[in-house]
Amino acid sequence: MSKSIKIRKGLDIRIKGDAERSSIEAPLSSTYAIKPTDFHGLIPKLLKRVGDQVKAGTPIFQDKYREEIKYVSPVSGKIQEVKRGAKRKILEVIIEADKEISYEEGSPLDLASLDRETAKEALLASGLWPFIKMRPIDVVANYTDTPKSIFISGFDSSPLAPDYDYLLYTRDKEFQAGVDILNKLTDGNVNLQLRAKVGSDAAFTQAKKVVANKVSGPHPAGNVGPQIHQIDPINKGEVVWTVNAQDVAIIGRCLLTGRYDASKLIALTGSEATNRKYYKVIIGANASDVLNGNSNTDNVRYISGNVLTGSQIEADGYIGFYDSQITVVPEGNEYKFFLTKGWLGPGFKKLSNNSAYPSKVLGPKKFDVDTNLNGEERAFVVTGEYEKVFPFDIYPVHLIKSVMINDIDSMEKLGIYEVAPEDFALCEFVCTSKINSQEIVRQGLDVIHKECM
Amino acid sequence: MKFLRKIFDNAHAKLNKSEKTKKLFPLVDSVDTLMFTPNHTTKGGAHIRDGIDLKRTMMFVIIALIPCLLFGMYNVGYQHFLASAVPETLAWTNVDMFLHGLVRVLPFIVVSYAVGLGVEFIFAIKNGHAVQEGFLVSGMLIPLIMPIDTPLWMVAVAVVFGVVIGKEVFGGTGMNVLNVALTARAFLFFAHPTSMSGNNVWISGFKEMKDKGLLKQTVNEAGQSVDAISGATPLGDLASFAQETPAFSDLAAFESKGHSFSELLMGLYPGSIGESSVYAIGLGAIFLLATGIANWRIIASFFVGGLAMAFVFNQIAGPEDYYFQLPALNQLMLGGFIFGMVFMATDPVTAAQTSSGKYIYGFLGGFLAILIRVVNPAYPEGVMLAILIANVFAPLIDHMVISINIKRRLKRVKIA
Repeated sequence: MSKSIKIRKGLDIRIKGDAERSSIEAPLSSTYAIKPTDFHGLIPKLLKRVGDQVKAGTPIFQDKYREEIKYVSPVSGKIQEVKRGAKRKILEVIIEADKEISYEEGSPLDLASLDRETAKEALLASGLWPFIKMRPIDVVANYTDTPKSIFISGFDSSPLAPDYDYLLYTRDKEFQAGVDILNKLTDGNVNLQLRAKVGSDAAFTQAKKVVANKVSGPHPAGNVGPQIHQIDPINKGEVVWTVNAQDVAIIGRCLLTGRYDASKLIALTGSEATNRKYYKVIIGANASDVLNGNSNTDNVRYISGNVLTGSQIEADGYIGFYDSQITVVPEGNEYKFFLTKGWLGPGFKKLSNNSAYPSKVLGPKKFDVDTNLNGEERAFVVTGEYEKVFPFDIYPVHLIKSVMINDIDSMEKLGIYEVAPEDFALCEFVCTSKINSQEIVRQGLDVIHKECM
Repeated sequence: MKFLRKIFDNAHAKLNKSEKTKKLFPLVDSVDTLMFTPNHTTKGGAHIRDGIDLKRTMMFVIIALIPCLLFGMYNVGYQHFLASAVPETLAWTNVDMFLHGLVRVLPFIVVSYAVGLGVEFIFAIKNGHAVQEGFLVSGMLIPLIMPIDTPLWMVAVAVVFGVVIGKEVFGGTGMNVLNVALTARAFLFFAHPTSMSGNNVWISGFKEMKDKGLLKQTVNEAGQSVDAISGATPLGDLASFAQETPAFSDLAAFESKGHSFSELLMGLYPGSIGESSVYAIGLGAIFLLATGIANWRIIASFFVGGLAMAFVFNQIAGPEDYYFQLPALNQLMLGGFIFGMVFMATDPVTAAQTSSGKYIYGFLGGFLAILIRVVNPAYPEGVMLAILIANVFAPLIDHMVISINIKRRLKRVKIA
């Protein structure tokens, strides 16, 4: 049964710098990296050493505790470096790419005759498994679980988000193949959420074996969290899997061709980026291929992902595994005099969801915004502001407080199984007290993962 | 602004030189962050943040209090002039009245802020955190809810009590259970009742004038010369209906002597400094609601709660129960009801935090305020105690609301 749902609470953040719908083939990077830090909670066990030759699709490391889950090289080449951080934690495995990519050759799968176990094995063996994430906890899915349903969001509503219709244009077959194999993994539905009232690409509208639901409303309407909450909510003990739409197409393509071809489109966005277009890159590409000459370099922040949930990278850092977007925004590391641009200024151009700034009504259509915290961290004082942007039947502040005091019982009761850090991104944005709620929710999920799963 | 920035940067550099002066960091930092939004950038999480911060929120409440403050100053002078035996030739102009009020009220504000921020600084230095903004509002509220003749030392003691016992022992701004300003007032109310109630404290210099025989005189029915002004607040007069010597013979007499509905809205009657004018409070309320700082749910339900209780009294009033008979709307315009509704009950820290809880909390506060005011002869005004009681109940109300939410989500499992 397809549903039509309406997200009433939320906020569309209108900032400058969206990407134009045209794409450029980015040059092949000289180096690529797979970052274990992209997969929360993963402790990698290296399978290759520095200097080893790998092909695209060769496993580089595996999950130490779930050994079947392999993480593979996106390109062929030589392992150049294993970058480590504090306590020798592996941060990046950098691969020096060949001029021509050679693939681990597999054979195309006959999707029709596949049963669940062979489907799982195929995904695990080919390194495609990490594209599948699970709720609760929001980490790479457990292959021993059978999810009650699988969710794919057909659009992204976050600030400056790439247009999924553009990303999937002419990739109908690949997307369908991805959907087909996902259908093998669950007894329930594969849910695909599309925007209500706006047409979507044929890849979505023509997709078979999916339950297509319509979603209307502001961000986070495009996040799977609120979609799951309204369509098939997670109760304790239940598991739902989620896959990004573009990743579904990647899975499909790899299964159809038998090769790990991880190329995808990413959007270059943000007010400081100049040549804002879509770039065709391979997962793990060096951001400098996209950024070179296409962005201001003076006092800016490069973000792999969007401004709400992305992670900061260096200009020559590597694009995150799940990200379809690079955002470049100005750093806000300057003092602002209180009566002009600071806290008591008139604020006609200051981005805010609070009526205490006239910009909410009188502001420009799109805002310039920097990374200034616009205040200092405080205890919770103002109430009711999280609730305005949090479309769950959950009390967000109380959930956060239960995490702060590490009360597992309360966390469960208040709905921690239904949320992921990204669902709190808007709460974090609007917070008067500047509390890092995504980080707190992540801590809570870690505790739940360790103690209750 | 570069020179100002330089001064702060130099001050920070000097403080950082030795361990001893480092402790004073919160002092300089507080002034610095007041003058400049700091250069802190986001670390992880959302990379961009809303422009709002606690300073702006608090400052907007202070801005909303300005009409009350100005009207309060004028009213202090006005009441003083009305009560004193000044010859017609020396009649005061409106400016005189305002200036008198200004001179009398300003010391309250200075003492309140000086003492309160002093305490805050001590805690900030002791705990090594920045001075929190909560007291900016409390420091303005406390003078406005004092009778004008309260000795300044009492104000100081009340502020210390309010800040330390009301807030800091719980962990500072955001952690307190009771409204800080009301805690300060309640402390004085019970510790020094004669300075906080009765007929002698509401008009600037009333007691002194009375002792020296400087009050305006009038001739009563028996032909004796008596004070023209009793010095009582309208609520005091109303409470006297229950006593042997009521100030007025019946309700009609009360209303005709300067207590008609429109006169109550205007607020030119004795009372705590900032509480009397509904017009002035209304301006602040409009500002707070338009900017979304105050919660309309609390204000609305508080009003309805008071109205409901007053209406109940109207219905059960006997022929002689003049106080019970007072029309419900007039009842709400009196005393500190509207002031408490707009500025005290809406304190987000001590109010209920859930949306549905706010309705219950507000209703409870308004309902109790009128109940205590009308029925309890010891307390002519009930708003202060009613809001404090509602504060105490707020966590319980939230707990109930959240329990319902939890049960609703647990039910899903059974359906599925």
